[in-house]
Amino acid sequence: MGALVIVIPLALFFVLGLVATLIFGWVIPALGGDPNAWYGALIKTAFILLGFVLPLASVLTWMERKQSALMQDRIGPNRASVGGVRAFGLMHFVADALKMLFKEDFVPAKANKFLFGLAPVLAIAPVLITFAIIPWGGGVCPGRLSETLTDETLATCLETGARFQVVHLEVGLLFYFAIASLAVYGTTLAGWASYNKFSLLGGLRASSQMMSYEVTMGMAILGAFLVYGSLEPATIVMAQGSNPLHWGIVTQPLGFILFFVAAIAETKRTPFDLPEGEPELIGYFVEYSGMRFGMFFLAEFMEVIFTAAVVATVFFGGWQLPGLHAGGFLGTAMPHWLVASLGFVVFAFKTFVLCWFQLMIRWTLPRFRPDQLMRLGWKQLLPLSIANILITAAVVLALMPTGGK
Amino acid sequence: MAIGVKVVARPSGIAQDMYVSAVVKGLGVTMRHFFENLFGKKHIVTVQYPEERAVYPKRYRGLHRLMTRDDGSVRCVACMCCPTACPAHCITIVAEETGNGAEKRPAIFEIDELRCVVCGLCVEACPCDAIRMDTGIHAPPVEHRGDAVLGKLDLLAHTGKSEAHQGGLGGEWRGAPPVRTG
Repeated sequence: MGALVIVIPLALFFVLGLVATLIFGWVIPALGGDPNAWYGALIKTAFILLGFVLPLASVLTWMERKQSALMQDRIGPNRASVGGVRAFGLMHFVADALKMLFKEDFVPAKANKFLFGLAPVLAIAPVLITFAIIPWGGGVCPGRLSETLTDETLATCLETGARFQVVHLEVGLLFYFAIASLAVYGTTLAGWASYNKFSLLGGLRASSQMMSYEVTMGMAILGAFLVYGSLEPATIVMAQGSNPLHWGIVTQPLGFILFFVAAIAETKRTPFDLPEGEPELIGYFVEYSGMRFGMFFLAEFMEVIFTAAVVATVFFGGWQLPGLHAGGFLGTAMPHWLVASLGFVVFAFKTFVLCWFQLMIRWTLPRFRPDQLMRLGWKQLLPLSIANILITAAVVLALMPTGGK
Repeated sequence: MAIGVKVVARPSGIAQDMYVSAVVKGLGVTMRHFFENLFGKKHIVTVQYPEERAVYPKRYRGLHRLMTRDDGSVRCVACMCCPTACPAHCITIVAEETGNGAEKRPAIFEIDELRCVVCGLCVEACPCDAIRMDTGIHAPPVEHRGDAVLGKLDLLAHTGKSEAHQGGLGGEWRGAPPVRTG
């Protein structure tokens, strides 16, 4: 079973990457369309969300149970079966989905019906939107799928070719911060509209926590902006190159730790799950049932994936792999379609591993106390992130060929 | 005067405040278990209940049973030692004459398994090895409380489910290999 955990995701990611390469490099251009036009963006959105994020979020619910079980010397859920096929408990998320869809959709009598219904949407929508800026591959050069390209020809071709990114925004990660900060409305409104003191407390905790850690998150990633000179994720990935020594994790180790901690705090999962601390409050979604609760739940897992995707992009070289270049892998020549598909595999696998690592942290560490949380956020992470910016800025300035002039 | 309070110094310092060493140590433990359980040596302790059963220790105390003599008559002589020893007062015995002028026997022998605290003192108290708790049977779920009160015939019927070694293993029971009889 051990090796399957690595082989099966790799195989699935490769199939997905191949599908994307063929759609954007062959089908759309063959039909005379432009992969970067609005309908291309629509297909890209459908691909990244329906093909990658939502399935992975579902699998993460299974992974979380299985992984925590293995960490605690248990077996984990394995009873759900469809026609006798248990598949290591994979059927449990199907059962979960069915349960949530068919459960009673309960609204408390004194709740604000409109806001109560709006809150889950506000929680899940920002996460879905932010995936627009994530580059999930280097892009594909239409019409030249079977050729072996060089880095230069690929770069020129990609000026007009199909980018593996829904929108190519120069403000990139700023867009992410702007949209992600909207998610706090979902949780706060959920707490307020439920007309329940416990959910209100949970919502308040969520809002204070998310506002505090957003500051650190923005500050922590500034160092990477300085080093790579761009806010645009795809440009940052290109700037990192395929040499791991130039990746964000090496050039910005402190920035990586600070960003990762703050991003985990943003996902509101243990050790930062005060808004939903089960023994105290249960959380801002106490009153939610059925699929409305499921939306909060799903939003949480998609935030985990998004955090992993951003960290993979900014700190782990995105779709780049040492030895993988436009012409093939190391000395082996590869056709363009294979290289483009492998780019997705590399990105998806990095995301997958970082999701795994987040689950690892979630099941290892105990919960903070509210005062510890605020102390960590404002008195430790924030000063460190400011120091990180100053030091990075000084080093970048000193290393500039023009001497900063 | 208030009672004395000893103030324990809390560990402090930058390393403590940054949680880093503790986090790394904790992740080390959980990752070791994760990878060992996934790829190598398994530490998993789960017993998949309906398919697998936990193996009970040899001296596990289950439901009581009444022993019989070789001729099939009940071994109990209604001496009242077990109801006297019972801390939960769950044993009721009504004695009667056997008719041969020598011994008594129980006319009624009831144990309320809901009151029983499974301490085994009745077994210790019995002078003629008439009552044992070696059936290995869990107290079954019952619909009415009265169903949990087991009478003489119920207790006699448990004979044969025992894994006990008639006459015991003597002083060497700890080192002896498991014996399955009965």
